[in-house]
Amino acid sequence: MRRFLAGLPRAAVLLVFAVAIAVPLSLVVFTSLKTANGFFASPFSPPSDPQWQNYGRIIDPEGENIWRAVLNSAIVTASTVALVLLLGSMAAYAIARIRGWRSTALFAFFVGGLMVAPQVYMTPLFVIISQLQLVNTFRAVVLVSVAVQLPIAVLVLTGFMRSLPQELIDAAFVDGGSEWDVYRRIVVPLTRPAFATVAIFSLVITWNDLLFPLLFLRVEELRTLPLALLQFRGEYLTNYPVLFAGVTLATIPMVAAYLAMQRYFVEGLTAGSLKG
Amino acid sequence: MFLVAPTLAAFAMSLTDWNGSSNDFAFVGADNYTRLAADPIFRQAIGTNVRFSLTVLVFQTVLSLGLALLLVRNTRTNVALRALYFLPTVVAAVSVGLAWILMFDPNFGALNGALDALGLGDLAPSWLGDTSVAVYSLALVQFWQHTGQVMIIFIAGLQAIPRDLYEAAAIDGATKGQTFRSITWPLLAPAAAIVVAYTTIQTFKAFDLVITLTDGAFNTEIISTWIYHTAFQYFQFGYGAAGSVVFLIILGALTSLQFRILRVDQ
Repeated sequence: MRRFLAGLPRAAVLLVFAVAIAVPLSLVVFTSLKTANGFFASPFSPPSDPQWQNYGRIIDPEGENIWRAVLNSAIVTASTVALVLLLGSMAAYAIARIRGWRSTALFAFFVGGLMVAPQVYMTPLFVIISQLQLVNTFRAVVLVSVAVQLPIAVLVLTGFMRSLPQELIDAAFVDGGSEWDVYRRIVVPLTRPAFATVAIFSLVITWNDLLFPLLFLRVEELRTLPLALLQFRGEYLTNYPVLFAGVTLATIPMVAAYLAMQRYFVEGLTAGSLKG
Repeated sequence: MFLVAPTLAAFAMSLTDWNGSSNDFAFVGADNYTRLAADPIFRQAIGTNVRFSLTVLVFQTVLSLGLALLLVRNTRTNVALRALYFLPTVVAAVSVGLAWILMFDPNFGALNGALDALGLGDLAPSWLGDTSVAVYSLALVQFWQHTGQVMIIFIAGLQAIPRDLYEAAAIDGATKGQTFRSITWPLLAPAAAIVVAYTTIQTFKAFDLVITLTDGAFNTEIISTWIYHTAFQYFQFGYGAAGSVVFLIILGALTSLQFRILRVDQ
């Protein structure tokens, strides 16, 4: 009994914080399933009679057509993740394979990018992108996102590749493997856990990013999910249920992926904290 | 190439009065910088940014350390709670911002609802519409989203402390407070330094959240949103770039200061 009482303050603190996290997220889902009047009448209760037509309005191809934004986000995100993994792993392989000052210099070159906040560069980046005639193309967002994310990718992948047993790589060369064979058949498969970490990091950052789409995608057909949500805010500020149906739809993929692959999410997103 | 070029480009642009699209612009030298130094709105943005960052830094660090100490053991409940606390980290800042627009709503928001239920309805501020309150409301949302993430760094730091030290302390009859002060805290310092550095930088980059919640209104403009509004809403690219250079210097100074602190601690 005394032990139970002694544990109470701890349990209370943990419970309060759990409620603080759960309430805003639950209210978003609750609200998305009410009618506007139902929401005004009882804004906090779970929906008694789920109103799926709010979602219908968001996905309606004649209306908000959120599928378009989902597709746009998916294209941008998939290309970014793929390029970050490909370029990041090639750079990391080179840094881990060659020795001496060239390796150090290359590593410093990539990781130096950690010092950079993209917010600082929004004006010059916009100028470069418009000089390249890339405004209103997905390539603009992908190119800039890859450049911004490569430092972390190189940092994580190089660290992992350096820890691989050197004998294994030497043996492959003795067996007559080319540099490309060793990279593709030995190093990449062994680096899979680090790949997962980097992929998740890149996935979450890109899927959720507002800044680069805001700067470079200036027509409605190209808008990604965060941009679409920002526009819904203006349109539906008096119709919360529709607005939050959009928020829920945009959030489900990340939350589902997080629940399925928690460990990699935690690793991937705290890898960002190495930035300093 | 995407890092060095923009730095030079930003600096070059900051010396002009370019509007972002026409080919007609003039070299104005350091004019943009003298104008910045005297611009009350830019100064206000720096002040707001500092208040925002310090508020988040204090609350997020204390709260995440406290939660980490409570959840350091890998029991089933603790792991589940950590997963819940971490959840907002994977949600887009835009979605989090919209969720909190719902929470802050003056008539239908849960915060005012809770205050009403406690009989404190009269104390409810205009969370996002009062120039002296809004920036702290934004800070609340920022540390709501990121406390769970930072807690993970503290937990990793705590779990790296060797168990025998605690056993030795227990044998010597140390109290809980003594153990924390002479073992936990000194050995946790590197993790704490990472948390402080990370949180500070993160708050200076809190662009998405500010754009979503207030778009810089009600005295919530921070440096990054000031640059965006100046360049992309008022089309003063040269002037905005000058702000970028100042921002770059501030971030660089903060980063190097924090690297120095990190090294001292190790």
